[in-house]
Amino acid sequence: MNAMIVISAHDNVATALEPLEPGTTISAGGMTLAIGDRIPRGHKVALRPIARGEVVVKYGSTIGTAVSDIAAGAHVHTHNVESGRGRGDQARAGLPEAGA
Amino acid sequence: MTATTFLGYRRADGRVGVRNHVLVVPTVICSAVVSERIAAAIDGVGTALPHLAGCGQLGPDMHVTHDTLAAYCRHPNVGAVLVVALGCEQVVAQRLLDEARRHDKPAAVVAIQTEGGTVRATETGIAIAREMAATLSSARREACDLASLILCVKCGGSDYTSGLASNPAVGRVADRLVDAGGSVVLGEVAEIMGAEHLLAARAASPAAAAQLVRIVSRVEAEAMALGLDIRGTQPSPGNIRGGLTTIEEKSLGATHKAGERTRLEDVVGYSAPITSHGLTVMDTPGLDVESVTGMVGGGAQVVMFTTGLGTPTGNPIAPVIKITGNPRTAQTMADNTDLDVSGIITDGEPLDGAADRLFASLVDVCSGQLTAAERLGHREFAIHRRNPTI
Repeated sequence: MNAMIVISAHDNVATALEPLEPGTTISAGGMTLAIGDRIPRGHKVALRPIARGEVVVKYGSTIGTAVSDIAAGAHVHTHNVESGRGRGDQARAGLPEAGA
Repeated sequence: MTATTFLGYRRADGRVGVRNHVLVVPTVICSAVVSERIAAAIDGVGTALPHLAGCGQLGPDMHVTHDTLAAYCRHPNVGAVLVVALGCEQVVAQRLLDEARRHDKPAAVVAIQTEGGTVRATETGIAIAREMAATLSSARREACDLASLILCVKCGGSDYTSGLASNPAVGRVADRLVDAGGSVVLGEVAEIMGAEHLLAARAASPAAAAQLVRIVSRVEAEAMALGLDIRGTQPSPGNIRGGLTTIEEKSLGATHKAGERTRLEDVVGYSAPITSHGLTVMDTPGLDVESVTGMVGGGAQVVMFTTGLGTPTGNPIAPVIKITGNPRTAQTMADNTDLDVSGIITDGEPLDGAADRLFASLVDVCSGQLTAAERLGHREFAIHRRNPTI
């Protein structure tokens, strides 16, 4: 079993199939990735640097927008990615929607 | 060789059932306990629809309750119907009785106020339901075409394995069933949000595509109108622990279970009849039990339910087949699990191989094999409420 899986060639994240430890190097889908954070099983890791405001892509489609700069090998989750959908909190605050 | 038929119950209205229940229907919450006691006395085939509604409802909310109860009274998995009324409620017992009889099912009403209380109503109801069960016991299963099946696809307690293994495997079953002339229904509109463009691109008509986008936008607007962040519930806290970050990610994984090739033929309201072959989307909320209740009401005879974290949900009249792609859940929730497809991730089992196993199980269950939820007595039922109780 591979330690991580890349679902679509368009994706900028992979899914960890095992817990990944910082300082290790993982190979999958023809690429090698130096892991920067502890990545729990089933969570996502950045395949390349993702700048703040850039979309995060999995299954070949947008799953949200980076709210901070994300380094290759970093954990990608709710702390650095926000959904652009159903954000009544942002509408109320008069802020633009993420990704808008 | 893939089966082309299953052993089902042919109904007078032309539909086919995969179960043959005596259904005990309370018109209102006040008659729910009596209904459950009557159903419990009818071993094997008795099943009740305990619910919280039936009175104190206005407008659309009342219609949904009436329509959902009526939908179960005409359902092909139901052989006979006993309506248990209180006597002063809004839901009209006669309408439910008429619905069952219109579909040539034996049907009767017991009213608690008329019978003179719980004890008499329960005794009278048990006597009637036992007669019905005796009549139904002579029905025989016969070979029926897979085209007569409506498969409800559902996911709950999702984690990263749902989008990688169980949902795509069920999606292949959906593709094959539609190839065989059958039908598939997908609900949970909130969990289409972020993937609606993929389903709309497969719509059979511009009208179906527009209707899909319209209901997803409505659900999004409802969440927005609360002035809250949908992340309070979508993804759920468990989904987030499991690695899902946003509703878009959850939806993209979730919609895999509706197939890769199926065309979106129709979009229907909650519990409304599913009449198109191919894929129908039903306007249901994301809450598992309300969602399954609506899709079975629409006519689905069987449910394939994928889960990453594990969940016990069943249904009073339709078998719910529980499928997980998480090897730990297959062990820790073995009681509740029918099929383990975790080998897709851990051992490289081909999706088509897993789909072969799922399809064979679908045919077996539709031919009478009991699911884990049925063996455990899981018969969850909840009618979607849109308005406050008055």
